[in-house]
Amino acid sequence: MAEQKKNPRQRKPRYTADRGIAGAYEGETVTRRRLFEGGAQAAGGVAVAAFGLPALGFALGPMFEDQLEDTFQDVGPVEDFNTEDYVPKVITLVPETAEAGKTTIYVRKTVPASEQETEEQKLDARNEDQPYVAISTRCAHLGCPVRYVTASKRFICPCHGGVYGFQGQVDGGPPVRPLDRFYTKVERGRVLVGPRFSLNSKLERFAPRDPSNHLDGLWQYLYPSRPST
Amino acid sequence: MPPKPPVPRSLQRKPAKPGANGNGAKPSMKDTAVEVPVSVVGWLDERSGASPFLRGFLYRKVPKGTNWFYTLGSASMFAFLSQAVTGVFLAMYYDPDPTRAYESAARITNEIFLGELVRGMHRWGSTVMLLLVFLHMGRTFFFGAYKYPRELNWIIGVILLVLTLLMGFTGYLLPFDQRSFWATVVGVNLNSSGPVVGPYLADFLRGGPEFGAYTLSRFYAMHMLLIPGLIAALIGAHLYLVAKLGTTAPPWLKAEKSKALSKEEV
Repeated sequence: MAEQKKNPRQRKPRYTADRGIAGAYEGETVTRRRLFEGGAQAAGGVAVAAFGLPALGFALGPMFEDQLEDTFQDVGPVEDFNTEDYVPKVITLVPETAEAGKTTIYVRKTVPASEQETEEQKLDARNEDQPYVAISTRCAHLGCPVRYVTASKRFICPCHGGVYGFQGQVDGGPPVRPLDRFYTKVERGRVLVGPRFSLNSKLERFAPRDPSNHLDGLWQYLYPSRPST
Repeated sequence: MPPKPPVPRSLQRKPAKPGANGNGAKPSMKDTAVEVPVSVVGWLDERSGASPFLRGFLYRKVPKGTNWFYTLGSASMFAFLSQAVTGVFLAMYYDPDPTRAYESAARITNEIFLGELVRGMHRWGSTVMLLLVFLHMGRTFFFGAYKYPRELNWIIGVILLVLTLLMGFTGYLLPFDQRSFWATVVGVNLNSSGPVVGPYLADFLRGGPEFGAYTLSRFYAMHMLLIPGLIAALIGAHLYLVAKLGTTAPPWLKAEKSKALSKEEV
């Protein structure tokens, strides 16, 4: 002990027997007190983990679970829609939430390739496989509901002044990408609207993103597709 | 004044017997009654050792120049207590179901006895609490009370500020009217605008990619259990550090020169 005081940096002897501890076993390096201390700490850690980890997983689970149903809803007969203008329809996004789970969408017929004349109409070629254009009213800025103004052929957001053109592409204001759309199909003369998808400024399709998530240039890599969508 | 009616014999005080109480009488009912709270407090104090702790905590010395600005911290805490009490009782009548939340909140205001008052106290109290917390923070900043050795308490205070803001955010949805719904949609999407982790944060808040069946109950659980628990715990730590480190004098007070020291200089 006296030697240790001279040099405080000197390490304790490896074996407990050499430290002058009473009742030390030969070859023992960990004291019984240390062992039980560690054991008690570990037992406490296991006990906390036993309830903490399942609880954490329970709270975080919805982030990693695909929750969007791939179901299609009927929005009316094919005669209801034309290629010139959007028709508002109400669909249900989340059935359990009553009014809050419903949303308005705007639907028009995709202009067939043979009839595409103006520049505007030629943009329909980008999503030709979709018989109808079903535009979501969720603003790509922060999710307020946009409305379609027939006179100006534009979608306008009431919250922060986002303006979208006929195709849903950004014409002005803060939105970072065009309005989302829904997959469509026709069955027995009825138009069906399915899951949501997002678009970049070239109207290329992406898995659905939240409003405010960019999909162009380098920005798109900061907002990858999430497991929940 | 007319003469008072005579006191019934059973209620008349009996004359003291000689002997006990210095003169032989039993202690009167009144004397016994007075002793009850004293002995109860004494019983508790003897077993908990509370009084030395409370004396140190409540009668600690404060620097010269302590003024009304130093009450902002306690005021914030009392605002929190008021929110906690009114919130607990509002929870008795509130129903966090998306189809019934609005009706239950409207019923609190319109039908339940004192409902408008308690809901109003909670609603306006939230604004008052935020104001007080900000003023308290300003006081700490401008008085330089965040400096060594109180940095840790400043950090705890900043976390408390963020938690208070989160209380406001999660509570705003609960009336579930158009305003609160769309404000929350926008607020959650603001969270989503953060790169990489933002969309996950939004998913966590909503409990999924859409504002769904459990979003309201998630917000409710965070608002009344998760965040208040954290706030209460951190207020405890905050107060402990205040009591341990003491408060600072206002910056306009210069330290007095010790006479003994100036003598030695000469």
